[in-house]
Amino acid sequence: MSLLPLTFLLPLAGTLILALSRGRLDARACAAVGVTIVGLAALVASWVGWRFLAGGGQSIGITLWTWVAVGDFRPTIGLTLDGLSLTMLGIITGVGFLIHLFAAWYMQGEAGTRRFYAYMNLFVASMLLLVLGDNLMLLFLGWEGVGLCSYLLIGYYYQTAANGWAAFKAFIVTRVGDVFLAIGLFLLFRELGTLDIGELLARAPQVWQEGGWQPRLAALLILGGALGKSAQLPLHTWLADAMAGPTPVSALIHAATMVTAGVYLIARLHGIFELAPGVLTLVGVIGALTLLMAGFAALAQTEIKRVLAYSTMSQIGYMFLALGVGAYEAAIFHLMTHAFFKALLFLSAGAVIVSCHHEQDMRRLGGLWRKLPLAYGGFLVGGAALAALPLITAGFYSKDEILWEALAAGHGGLMLAGLVGAFLTSLYTVRLIIGTFHGEPQSDKARHAEAGRGPLHGLPLIVLAVLSTFLGAWIHPPLSGVLPAGPGAEAHGAGHTVLGILAAIVSLGGLAVAAWLFLARQHWLAERLTGGREARLWWLWHRAWGFDIAYDRLFVRPYRGLVRVLRSDFLDRLLLLAGWLAWALHRGLSVTQTGKLRLYAGTMVAGVALVLLALVLRV
Amino acid sequence: MTLLWLILIPFIGGLLCWQAERFGDLAPRWIALATMLLELAITLGLWLHGDYHLGNAGMASESLRWSMEWRVEWIPRFGIDVHLALDGLSLVLIALTGFLGVLAVLCSWHEIVHRVGFFHLNLLWILGGVVGVFLAIDLFLFFFFWEAMLVPMYFLIALWGHSGSQGRTRIRAATKFFIYTQASGLLMLVSILGLVFAHHAQTGEYTFAYATLMQTELSEGTAMWLMLGFFVAFAVKLPVVPMHGWLPDAHAQAPTAGSVDLAGILLKTAAYGMLRFALPLFPEASQAFAPVAMTLGLIGIFYGALLACGQQDIKRLIAYTSIAHMGFVLIGIYAGTQLALQGVVLMMVAHAFSASGLFLLSGQLYERLHTRDMREMGGLWARLGSLPGFSMCFVAASLGMPGTANFLGEFLILFGSFPVAPWVVVIASVGLVLAAIYSLLLMQRVYFGPPQGDGIFADLDHREYLMMLTLLGLVLLFGLYPQPLLDTTGAAMGEVQRLFGAASQSTTLQTGTP
Repeated sequence: MSLLPLTFLLPLAGTLILALSRGRLDARACAAVGVTIVGLAALVASWVGWRFLAGGGQSIGITLWTWVAVGDFRPTIGLTLDGLSLTMLGIITGVGFLIHLFAAWYMQGEAGTRRFYAYMNLFVASMLLLVLGDNLMLLFLGWEGVGLCSYLLIGYYYQTAANGWAAFKAFIVTRVGDVFLAIGLFLLFRELGTLDIGELLARAPQVWQEGGWQPRLAALLILGGALGKSAQLPLHTWLADAMAGPTPVSALIHAATMVTAGVYLIARLHGIFELAPGVLTLVGVIGALTLLMAGFAALAQTEIKRVLAYSTMSQIGYMFLALGVGAYEAAIFHLMTHAFFKALLFLSAGAVIVSCHHEQDMRRLGGLWRKLPLAYGGFLVGGAALAALPLITAGFYSKDEILWEALAAGHGGLMLAGLVGAFLTSLYTVRLIIGTFHGEPQSDKARHAEAGRGPLHGLPLIVLAVLSTFLGAWIHPPLSGVLPAGPGAEAHGAGHTVLGILAAIVSLGGLAVAAWLFLARQHWLAERLTGGREARLWWLWHRAWGFDIAYDRLFVRPYRGLVRVLRSDFLDRLLLLAGWLAWALHRGLSVTQTGKLRLYAGTMVAGVALVLLALVLRV
Repeated sequence: MTLLWLILIPFIGGLLCWQAERFGDLAPRWIALATMLLELAITLGLWLHGDYHLGNAGMASESLRWSMEWRVEWIPRFGIDVHLALDGLSLVLIALTGFLGVLAVLCSWHEIVHRVGFFHLNLLWILGGVVGVFLAIDLFLFFFFWEAMLVPMYFLIALWGHSGSQGRTRIRAATKFFIYTQASGLLMLVSILGLVFAHHAQTGEYTFAYATLMQTELSEGTAMWLMLGFFVAFAVKLPVVPMHGWLPDAHAQAPTAGSVDLAGILLKTAAYGMLRFALPLFPEASQAFAPVAMTLGLIGIFYGALLACGQQDIKRLIAYTSIAHMGFVLIGIYAGTQLALQGVVLMMVAHAFSASGLFLLSGQLYERLHTRDMREMGGLWARLGSLPGFSMCFVAASLGMPGTANFLGEFLILFGSFPVAPWVVVIASVGLVLAAIYSLLLMQRVYFGPPQGDGIFADLDHREYLMMLTLLGLVLLFGLYPQPLLDTTGAAMGEVQRLFGAASQSTTLQTGTP
């Protein structure tokens, strides 16, 4: 078991090797190092996981060293492996490795591959620390580390200023959430005297009353952090812009792993949320709102990656919904299947983008299905899983479980939101596939598409496609004992079956409606959306309900104004007044120094007279 | 005697550099380097062989315990001694001084070409003065060194500085620096004398000895006024808004070595002064003053950060970030818990590394681009070799990325202050967002965006690369394993916490150390 630290040390070593190589490695060598090392980490992870499962699923702790020790404050660099972290470990290294492989194809011939793989490896290492860390300080280290890597990779194509600003925005918005999380940590440490996750969860119910202000406040603050990282309302605005990064980055960071960190965090600290039922419900409500908001927004996007980005938000919304009704296992299960099919979709999108010479606007694509069969297949399988096509896809099983748990927990409204969301998902998925692959090619780039070749391109797509089918749903995360069973665990029965059928009908109905709308009534739709009253709504959806505009007015402009007002450092100017005063006095007095004897004598006499007068008057 | 040598070595080395100029420019550089390496080696030797884990927890002590002490009479009539003493805190700061001294010499290797000998004289004398400040525990001697470090700094800025735009000449910056610190230093002198006379009135004996003066009983009002005298002197140096005006000018106009010394060490003398003198001498008054000080710290965090966001000159930006970071230090000092105080130590060290790193990088940028105006930069990422990578690392440190010492410093301060002043901590945490904004703005403006030319600039040479790598290594080392440092200062900080905490009415303060 002592191999566990290797999982994060290997990618870390990869980063170091690449960072310190200073041009001694060429692009191919850099790619080889970066990919191989994540592959090794995946191997180690599977070994560790196998030993863990063979050992009966006992959680394992390894403390490397004590990070800081001051009084009671002694967080460690320590790792814990249990069912939850093993699930995450598998996703991060497994899907991560596939995406690295694909990246080796995708990034061929790009400048700065050393940088790319150094960041990617650092990301894997940080993400592993996030999920393996046994205390909240270490978790926070991973948490911020993935944020930094996300920033670096979004801004990878730095020569376009807009990409840099997208990265900037992503970091700042998530940092707002991180501040909430940090304050939550301060509160937890003050109230419970520890940051060790196991001890926290054990101590919280002993010290705190259910529904007391401390657990409510702590849960709210932690939720704030989760919202930022997982791009949920109201801190979701960064994710769509984050698509500026290379597509493998979007697949790894902004779909499969980092953005689900918030889900992991809440599941990990479920004991605190259980003590604050109101906040837990809020988690579900935020999830439901986000999944609807993002679903509508995804419908109106024109760039492939932005559709997928909003769809990611929406799917994470489902996970939050599941957390909110206490179905932690369902949330993590959906996290896993989502990692499979969304990585598949993003990689397929990457294949399309490279094949079409970096064109990613659906309005300039189309008619590609014959030319890019593998990417098309990836989109079909991934899209089917995303739309939760019944029985044959992984997405169906995980989403169905979430809906059922919501119903079983008595949250009918949330369940309904989930169904509406499922309908929307079908709509935008079909629109995405039709817009990209069917119809006539809309530009020269699409007409001259060249399909990708080679195992680096094909293998990841095929493996992920297999995992996105019902076969992927056979992998059941070993979560019992780590997370409490959901509300629907005991009540399996007729209700579940009925709901499953209902969900299937909604999903299939959505597909049918979408096919009718986007194939048969295409022109009618286009007319309505450009001229009619619907155009305004469409525009609003396209701008994702105008959050960016509102935030710009509410925060960015006041900030800019403040900076402009302060720029001259008025406090400094104020103190300089003293200097000016001395200077003015000096000038005033030096005027009297004329060198004229008569004036001096006169002044002296006047002075003497004044003094005498004062003396006389006093007497 | 070792302690005296610690002070004398830089002064003597400085004189040698000055005279060695006649043998060419290289001689003073090597002498200065050797001097600072010797200083560093001695400190590290002291650290290896000394015992800084002196028992302190809960033991009410009559006299202060130092790890080393050295004392001779100087002006017996007024009870003035040359009294030097070393504990964990001063040791750490002197080691820092030695290390940054080495860096300052190294980074001037090509930058300074005029009057090289005299430059190194000034540089080393600053460092000598600083070491004196960290060692002196006779208040008169402390004041002497406090003033002594200003003069060479003045010359460093005035003679080798850069002139900025908008009438910001180096002479003006040097004068401003001098007047600010000099005027505030005089207030401290008044306070020192006030304390001595108060002691004289009680015991009939003149003394400037720290340990004796600590026993002086003062009325509430007197203590407050005397404390304020000390506080203002330290507040100017830290700096605390609104007494910060000298800092951006001095930093921006100083040569790189000057900026490194200013940010790395001179600012730390202020925090040291608060920890060594303002708090222990006037615990009750400091306790009463704490809310004001913390508020000033908050103002510093926000004011410094917002101003940093608005700068175009890269060195001015870094200078304003120092103000914001020192806001955290101020809050930590006046929270006064063991955790917060240890955080302050870590933050001082971390900031010394990260700010020096950023100043070194901006110096290296300037050597290549001949501008400090960020409007003339942009898109430089692929054109500067490994410089952007280092910049990213130090920017990450300055925004408090976990894994760097800055993160631990800030978070220990915030964790430690939260029980005492939750709202202050909550508001200060918002400053972390601003820290991210100004740090990443620097990256965005300098390195991202469309390149403004095709040429490739010279990559870092071995000297530069090694300097940056060492600094970065230290930032990461203390970010992941700060315990050696914290153990060294634990006893000293425990002492401060005991004195300060005893004056507190609050029972939430933590007591004791590991």
